[in-house]
Amino acid sequence: MFEHYLNIFITTVFIENIALSLFLGMCTFIAISKKIDAAFGLGVAVIVVCVLTVPLNNLIYNYILREDALTWLGIEGTNLEFVELISYIGVIAASVQILEMFLDKYVPALYNALGQFLPLITVNCAILGASLFMVEKDLLFTESIVYGFGAGFGWALAIVVLAGIREKLKYSDIPEGLKGLGTTFIIVGLMSFGFMSFGGISL
Amino acid sequence: MQIYLESLTMSLKQYQEVIINPLIKENPITLQILGICSALAVTNNLSVTLVMCVAVTSVVSFSNLFISLIRNYIPSSIRIIVQMTIIASLVIVVDELLKAYDYETSKKLSVFVGLIITNCIVMGRAEAFAMKQKPLVSFFDGLGNGIGYSIILIGVAFIRELFGAGTLFGYEILPLVSNGGWYMGNNLLLLPPSSFIIIGLFIWLIRSLQKDQIEEDDFEVSKHSTMPDLSKRELNV
Repeated sequence: MFEHYLNIFITTVFIENIALSLFLGMCTFIAISKKIDAAFGLGVAVIVVCVLTVPLNNLIYNYILREDALTWLGIEGTNLEFVELISYIGVIAASVQILEMFLDKYVPALYNALGQFLPLITVNCAILGASLFMVEKDLLFTESIVYGFGAGFGWALAIVVLAGIREKLKYSDIPEGLKGLGTTFIIVGLMSFGFMSFGGISL
Repeated sequence: MQIYLESLTMSLKQYQEVIINPLIKENPITLQILGICSALAVTNNLSVTLVMCVAVTSVVSFSNLFISLIRNYIPSSIRIIVQMTIIASLVIVVDELLKAYDYETSKKLSVFVGLIITNCIVMGRAEAFAMKQKPLVSFFDGLGNGIGYSIILIGVAFIRELFGAGTLFGYEILPLVSNGGWYMGNNLLLLPPSSFIIIGLFIWLIRSLQKDQIEEDDFEVSKHSTMPDLSKRELNV
């Protein structure tokens, strides 16, 4: 059983890395990767929100939206899949806002570290993407917890690595027009070619 | 009457500005870093890209219009959820339309239609423009940004499909060796990471033409630096 969960985790972190293989959450990925500290903070925030929202959305999908999912209420023949997107994004926006208020009240130290990144996370497509892929893979509730953690962890890993490379490149002599954004794009392209080499691994 | 005309020409100028500026000068992808995710995954085929561009442009224009219409009634503490609801409803409409009229393309785009919701162009323009400006101007701002986004996407897709598969819109342009022609397709261009590198090169091109977009260094070289003078560098071949 443990092996099965480890398998899901490794697959989501390396083989189907949400940033470098599926290209989700790219805007924040490129905009906030100048410094390792900031990248790390954002990475942790993404992990937390992913672990919260993916299982929540899994419950919503399985008990409300899915075809004939409302039989436990005694209603048959329903299919609410067309409101899938709006309910997921609602869950994500709401949990980010609740998390923000909770941290502000009870863990001010963490709030100060993560605070500025939390609103950004609502529009991070890595989070919505993780929920959508969870539905596509048809995961069970416990599997979805592992998947959420793996997806967040993979994204965090990728952004910290990118920030490390960008810090190292800070003092190098780059052609004028390529400075900043241009090189970042090319680095991400090369990193993603690198991550493609995990593609051949089957667990 | 004259005041009316004056304000009309003023606003015409503003309309022109909000449509033209995002094309190259303030391009959402190459300068504002908005909406990159979808730029990568859907660009290996020109016709799919075109559908995506139309979808994004219509969502961003209409979301700007609707958000701007109710901008004075949105409490700022829950504005993100309100914006999200409007955007998500528009995306659902686009998604259902695509499924009804072009099922093949909708299958190819898979989750990326849904991900227009979190495409930061839509959210970014809503937050930065539509929350402050009048509805019609906001609509055109959305249109301009959508077109700016489309220009880059179509450029990338053009290069990837032409040199990767030798076709444009599925029609053969460069006959491949495997079909008895002379062109050897570059398979690297068919892989998604190549679009990063193409966008990087686009940025280089745009910034060589628009010098003011070049980013400053975060540091200064000290006067006492012992670093060799790089401007007088020679190649030791």
